[in-house]
Amino acid sequence: MKLTRLAAAAVAASLAAGPALADLVFPSLSYRTGAYAAGGIPFADGYADYFTLLNERDGGIGGVKAKVIECETAYNTEKGVECYEATKGEGALVYQPLSTGITYQLIPKVTEDDIPMHTMGYGRTSAANGKVFSHVFNYPGTYWDGASIIVKHLLEINGGDLSGKKLALVYHNSAYGKEPIRTLEELSKKHGYELTLLAVDHPGQEQKSQWLQIRRERPDYVLMWGWGVMNQVAVQEAANIRFPMENFIGVWWSGSENDVLPAGDAANGYKALAMHGTGMDYPIYEDLKAHVYDKGRAAGAGDQIGTVLYSRGMYAAMLAAEAARTAQDLHGTADITAAMMRDGMEALEITEERMTELGLPGFGPSFKVTCENHGGPGVGMIQQWDASAKEWNLITGFIESDDSVIEPLVQEDSMAYAKENNIELRCE
Amino acid sequence: MFYREAGDFKTSYAEDAQTFPIKFDRYRYYFVMAVGLAILPFAVNDYWANAVFVPFLIWSIAAIGLNILVGYCGQVSLGTGGFMAVGAYAAYKLMTSFPDLNIVFVVILAGFVTAAVGVLFGLPSLRIKGFYLAVATLAAQFFLVWLFNRVPWFYNYSASGQISAPERTVFGFPVTGAATAPWAQYAICLGFVVVLAWVARNLTRGTLGRTWMAIRDMDIAAEIIGVNPLKAKLSAFAVSSFFIGVAGALFFAVYLGAVEVGEAFGIQKSFLALFMIIIGGLGSIFGAFAGAAFMVLFPVLLKNVLVGGLGWPTDLAAHLELMIVGGLIIFVLIAEPHGIAALWRTIKEKLRLWPFPH
Repeated sequence: MKLTRLAAAAVAASLAAGPALADLVFPSLSYRTGAYAAGGIPFADGYADYFTLLNERDGGIGGVKAKVIECETAYNTEKGVECYEATKGEGALVYQPLSTGITYQLIPKVTEDDIPMHTMGYGRTSAANGKVFSHVFNYPGTYWDGASIIVKHLLEINGGDLSGKKLALVYHNSAYGKEPIRTLEELSKKHGYELTLLAVDHPGQEQKSQWLQIRRERPDYVLMWGWGVMNQVAVQEAANIRFPMENFIGVWWSGSENDVLPAGDAANGYKALAMHGTGMDYPIYEDLKAHVYDKGRAAGAGDQIGTVLYSRGMYAAMLAAEAARTAQDLHGTADITAAMMRDGMEALEITEERMTELGLPGFGPSFKVTCENHGGPGVGMIQQWDASAKEWNLITGFIESDDSVIEPLVQEDSMAYAKENNIELRCE
Repeated sequence: MFYREAGDFKTSYAEDAQTFPIKFDRYRYYFVMAVGLAILPFAVNDYWANAVFVPFLIWSIAAIGLNILVGYCGQVSLGTGGFMAVGAYAAYKLMTSFPDLNIVFVVILAGFVTAAVGVLFGLPSLRIKGFYLAVATLAAQFFLVWLFNRVPWFYNYSASGQISAPERTVFGFPVTGAATAPWAQYAICLGFVVVLAWVARNLTRGTLGRTWMAIRDMDIAAEIIGVNPLKAKLSAFAVSSFFIGVAGALFFAVYLGAVEVGEAFGIQKSFLALFMIIIGGLGSIFGAFAGAAFMVLFPVLLKNVLVGGLGWPTDLAAHLELMIVGGLIIFVLIAEPHGIAALWRTIKEKLRLWPFPH
């Protein structure tokens, strides 16, 4: 008991010294440590660097400086809750936890606290239904879109027919990894392929038995929903059993440089989803170089610039900044609150012209968020790893997901949630 | 100064058997209770409740439970995480199957379900001991986590395998779900802690506790003097699992609100609980509290000092935190192998003689 009181007094002292408000606060629930740091570091760097650029070049968003508060979660839900409680009092505008587990925890909390949450291509897929989930956004695409896009790509390769083919899903045994299963099962009914499910437990270093099973059953295609260290191990294991890499397709969280580089040349031809462009061929990098990198203001070690997940962090920051701008226009004040930010996100419109203006032409899809649809257009591209050049090449344009299958699933799941929690439908 | 032998004479059995024989300790206990019951509920905010008090209180229950098994009965267990999962999933199934059942009863029933499961996994303790028993309970840990991942009935066939707690109220105040006020969250956990710690204290100094300790100290000798090892060991497993089950139910329903079994109740939770009682002090109720405070609050404090106070990068602070906590664990165990409770005891003895040590 004595320790408790001592600890409490010290925590109180350190809390009292918190910074003053009046900036636009974008908390970054990052993870630079632990088994998922390989994914967390570049994302957090990209997220922070984009806001640094806005502050340095434009003096913030609409004249108000943006402030990024980092809080380390280590991809752990308890630390995530602590980070949420610690940062929400500082005027946080939008949360991006980059963890499906933490997302599930925060969905009821953010709704209660009237703070929006953006789970870009992760989190709870059925949150795309804005009628039920007022404060959760997952544009521009969801896991179920991702699953459907991969299947569409396979259909394309196989001349529109997948019947009799065998697909295996290697997934992280968590809420994240389990998300696509329903969709893949529904799609297997529609297209007649056979689906094998192979779960990999946290943290994912041990996958020998799963790949042994793949070697035995010889599926035509292997899909992967992995994250962190699991990705590199899976690519290495696939190489070890000489599984043809071009038949191995990961979701957008399993397609970064960190995942394929350890396997060297053996990873050549590995495919993954991409929700946005990648690489340094965008005009924004000239500004970033002039205003951020050369001034020594790059976040972290500054060695992740231009990678897939760095680009994704930057994309997330860009969408957040654009939503904040929309909110400022909408409410006629530069000093927006979290509730106004939510309105801004719901009215967000990303056009090709706007992306070009921002120095990111053709980087992501153009889309419009509505009250009903928080999930965006649900499009994605397929990228393929070129091991000799050490770069990802986009091999398709934007592919649209199969709405006829996904829409009913989203409805069913979100309505079940609404019923469980007595939520009244909005937008009517 | 505070501790005086003079004036603390015992003239009755009741005085001799009291939990806090020293007057200063007794007043300290009343003071802590008064602050906990009368002041803190009005002072806690979201951060204090969610990051500090609620996890500390819940882990205290779990640590008391494990301490009964390991510290009092000498049966090493690595299944704490799995048993907490049983409590959580039992609470979830009860909450969703009987929406009208009060959450307090749900938590208690979840404790009983866990007690039953604990007895089942305690059966091997009748044949094996020490490290071998630790491995058997480790099997329980992995089996239970696997089970809750594998069988969709436990998570009501939800697509993601997550369980989330619907809103439940006590006297009209929500204590689970998103609308819960921080004081309500704190108060329900405190209520369980106070009652369970009282129960544990009284169990451990009664007949049952004495048979446990007899088994711990030398099981063959205990059997010769008439202690039934079957009854003693299984009752220790049952009581310990009940506490851990209650902790698991509160951990899920009140603290996190939504859990995923592999992450929330993995093997690292079993180790965390074991570290708590080893550092706090085996065979001591106070030790369970001290250990829980050390393992739960100290990292939060360090993080606030390093990141909030000194403004260091978050990753550096997170790594340093691991190193400092690890270093302190080693230091405590070298300086005082019997834990913080023993350290406290030594200080007390010194203070009683102070200022004349001879």
